[in-house]
Amino acid sequence: MELGFTTAAYVVAAVLFILSLGGLSGQESAKRAVWYGIFGMALAVFATLIGPGSGLWALSVLLIAAGGVIGYFLAARVEMTQMPELVAGMHALVGLAAVFVGFNADLEIKNVASAVNSEAVKELTGFAALVAKKSVVEINILRVELFLGVFIGAITFTGSIIAYGKLSGRVTSAAVKLPGGHFLNASAAIISVLCLIWYLQTGGILPLLLMTILAFFIGFHLIMGIGGADMPVVVSMLNSYSGWAAAAIGFSLGNDLLIVVGALVGSSGAILSYIMCKAMNRSFISVILGGFGGASGPAMEVEGEQIAIDADGVASALADADSVIIIPGYGLAVAQAQQAVSELTKRLRDKGKNVRFAIHPVAGRLPGHMNVLLAEAKVPYDIVLEMDEINEDFPDTDVAIVIGSNDIVNPAAQEDPNSPIAGMPVLECWKSKQVFVSKRGQGTGYSGIENPLFFKENTRMFYGDAKDSLNKLLSMID
Amino acid sequence: MKIGTPKEIFDGENRVALTPDSALQLQKLGFDCLIESGAGKAAGYSDKIYKEAGVKVVKTAAALWKEADVVTKVRQPSTAELKRLSAGQTLISFFNPAVNEQGLDLAKSKKANVIAMEMVPRISRAQKMDALSSMANIAGYRAVIEASNNFGRFFTGQVTAAGKVPPAKVLIIGAGVAGLAAIGTATSLGAITYAFDVRPEVAEQVESMGAEFVYLDFEEQQQDGAKTGGYASVSSPEFREAQLAKFRELAPEVDIVITTALIPNREAPELWTADMVKSMKPGSVIVDLAAEKGGNCKLTVLDEKIVTDNGVTIVGYSDFPSRMAAQASNLYSTNIRHMISDLTPEKDGKINHNMEDDVIRGATVAFEGEITYPPPPPKVNAIAAKTQEKPKELSPEELRAKEQEDFNAQTRQQVILLAVGGALTLGVGLVAPASFMQHFIVFVLAVFVGFQVIWNVSHALHTPLMAVTNAISSIIILGALMQIGSGSLLVILLAALSVFMAGINIFGGFLVTRRMLAMFQKS
Repeated sequence: MELGFTTAAYVVAAVLFILSLGGLSGQESAKRAVWYGIFGMALAVFATLIGPGSGLWALSVLLIAAGGVIGYFLAARVEMTQMPELVAGMHALVGLAAVFVGFNADLEIKNVASAVNSEAVKELTGFAALVAKKSVVEINILRVELFLGVFIGAITFTGSIIAYGKLSGRVTSAAVKLPGGHFLNASAAIISVLCLIWYLQTGGILPLLLMTILAFFIGFHLIMGIGGADMPVVVSMLNSYSGWAAAAIGFSLGNDLLIVVGALVGSSGAILSYIMCKAMNRSFISVILGGFGGASGPAMEVEGEQIAIDADGVASALADADSVIIIPGYGLAVAQAQQAVSELTKRLRDKGKNVRFAIHPVAGRLPGHMNVLLAEAKVPYDIVLEMDEINEDFPDTDVAIVIGSNDIVNPAAQEDPNSPIAGMPVLECWKSKQVFVSKRGQGTGYSGIENPLFFKENTRMFYGDAKDSLNKLLSMID
Repeated sequence: MKIGTPKEIFDGENRVALTPDSALQLQKLGFDCLIESGAGKAAGYSDKIYKEAGVKVVKTAAALWKEADVVTKVRQPSTAELKRLSAGQTLISFFNPAVNEQGLDLAKSKKANVIAMEMVPRISRAQKMDALSSMANIAGYRAVIEASNNFGRFFTGQVTAAGKVPPAKVLIIGAGVAGLAAIGTATSLGAITYAFDVRPEVAEQVESMGAEFVYLDFEEQQQDGAKTGGYASVSSPEFREAQLAKFRELAPEVDIVITTALIPNREAPELWTADMVKSMKPGSVIVDLAAEKGGNCKLTVLDEKIVTDNGVTIVGYSDFPSRMAAQASNLYSTNIRHMISDLTPEKDGKINHNMEDDVIRGATVAFEGEITYPPPPPKVNAIAAKTQEKPKELSPEELRAKEQEDFNAQTRQQVILLAVGGALTLGVGLVAPASFMQHFIVFVLAVFVGFQVIWNVSHALHTPLMAVTNAISSIIILGALMQIGSGSLLVILLAALSVFMAGINIFGGFLVTRRMLAMFQKS
């Protein structure tokens, strides 16, 4: 098939991909949008298979099918609470694929060079044929591009694996840094730049390999140094990286569709990271470098004590309440309590109470994590609201229930200018008439900041595992 | 150690400081409980019920005072009772230390430790022991019930076949705990309720209970309740005049007045003057909760109900909590129980009188042969100081100016970004060959489109967005497919691996997205 047809197919596919991302602006249109994405991908793969420069298409189809089977089972089996791990794990695959493709490009350049020398250019096909037509400057640019692709791909690969480990609990979620800290990362990055120069001079495989190993290290060390609660930023950042890697590879292969899609994915991840950082009132740099910025003074003393309450008390307060707002956090996912919450919501709504959910942008370990969990438990999405939509309604609310969240409901962010999270937008649940906090024990949250909410006069602590607590509560509400 | 509760000897006092429930809790703390025979009878607890709860019933008060290490009481103890104190014994009771010098001296000479329940500091940690509040709550409720009892009409308005009934109008002066409880009771009975307090910051609480706050047209720095531990203090004569004028205006309208205005350690202020009583309708009722301190209405007679010449009933009872002895005993004994539990941090049945603790120090008026009243000021403010002034509301002009400025700043930012970006692109164009620039244009446009499209993605769909972008980022498969036809075996191997991994990703990513989206549903 001619190049023209392939290019036309690519244009259609690119449009479909853009539509598929744009369709995610609403729940209903999103269902349609996924199909655009699927067709776009099918078209792109098909066009490439029959287009110029491909070969061994039977093997390719076989491999895609085999991968598809595995992918199908992964997707069908995964628990919604494990979604962050799955997404992180799949980024690793894209990263590694980018590394391999980059290496291949390097190998092909060498093949071509030797072919040119032996004047066997005419026998070359596909990508090799493309390379053969290039001038020296173009070959150098191509090398920079593939070098970049491999570099970003390698960081994405190890970074995603560590993120996967942290999210699934296989690696400690605390921020761990080797002695030397960011100095190690910086020196690895500098050596990589030197490798690039070396690579451009000689074109040898050695600098490429060395850089890959360094990039693997950077990815590993960078993500190891970031704590659990910053994972939404990390995952979206890796998402962005996998896109940029694809775009860089697209440049080196001269494939416009790769560039377009890579750029789409890259900018999408970048925007998500930006949104997450904004929701925490922290700069992207400080998240990546790990840890909170230094507090400018002693934190405000917390007065009062945490008053516990049992399920009975919560049940009677709920029975009297007209409006209820539930604020879920990562603790809900850990305790797998989404079904219990959904059941509670259903029963309260059946009694004619106004029950709504307030979702903070960084609740959970993945952007939008809570929305997905609640959707899985069949909580209707029109009662699940964002922070900005619901924050003003707290003063008119009878009962706010905080389930497994901590920093996102910390009034210190507004009241204490010396708090490490000062200025971070938070859900103002303490303005409601009564707040119940379902929490395992008296400890502080991820950030280790004391939460004055727990000491407020209208707050009662409902200690225990979220799922058990809610089930106890359910038995008292019918 | 043993905790003993004697029968209250004050005439007409029905409450008791130990209930079977609180006894069970105290036993869990490791104490043995004693009660004088018949002590709980007036509150509805017979000796038999106490015995069932594991409480030892002691025949006489003398034996009880002798045996108990800790004595809990309700009313301020009489001289006769105080003479029974022994060295090292702890007495927990209302004590009225401000005007009870004789009692303090007696306790000092007996080397007994006395905890006065009215001295519990008003901080959140000590709320569970704040007996004044729990008693005031009952008094507020009961005041409305007494008023209703003496009021010949409904509280709620009704339209019946036998004619229309107007709703009663209730004015509550002083929105402390008693006032708020009275507001709650009166509104739930259906009355139209007004409330007044010298501390304007309680207006919100008043309104939350369903009453209307009576504001004065008065321009003075109003009281900041935070400075006085949440209690009211004396107001200026001008303020008082404005206040009385307002009450005079309301007097002919209201059917029921409940006054709860008390200033700590002072005689109650006169707020409802004789001429206001005169201007009220016959059949109206005044309940003066400040009767014990002289009354907010000077016509009030302590512990009596009188009817004035123009038919207004004035209730001056001072024993409202005692009139609801079962409820009052229940709450008071719980306050006492919390106090004792703070005194035994080890839960081993041994009192550890820690004078470093703000709450215990504040409430202790006599300790080991010393009078420790008045206590030093607590380290903690009762309620948070008033928050700073809110940021000033901007006028429309300022708002417009600000908008304009923001817009200008945005424009500047965009222009700078475009200029820098453009310069960079041109710079690249100078060196890079045309073939690169073609791809570069595509790249820049795609980034641009990406930014525009992604901003519109709904917040709730961020996880599906990640899954979908993850799926389409496996477009890298195209690169692998183009290379798999190579002659080199190594290239084929690497390409094949890439195709395989991307394959997993494509199917996994899209399927999981579909699964997620299918779950989102409308109610």
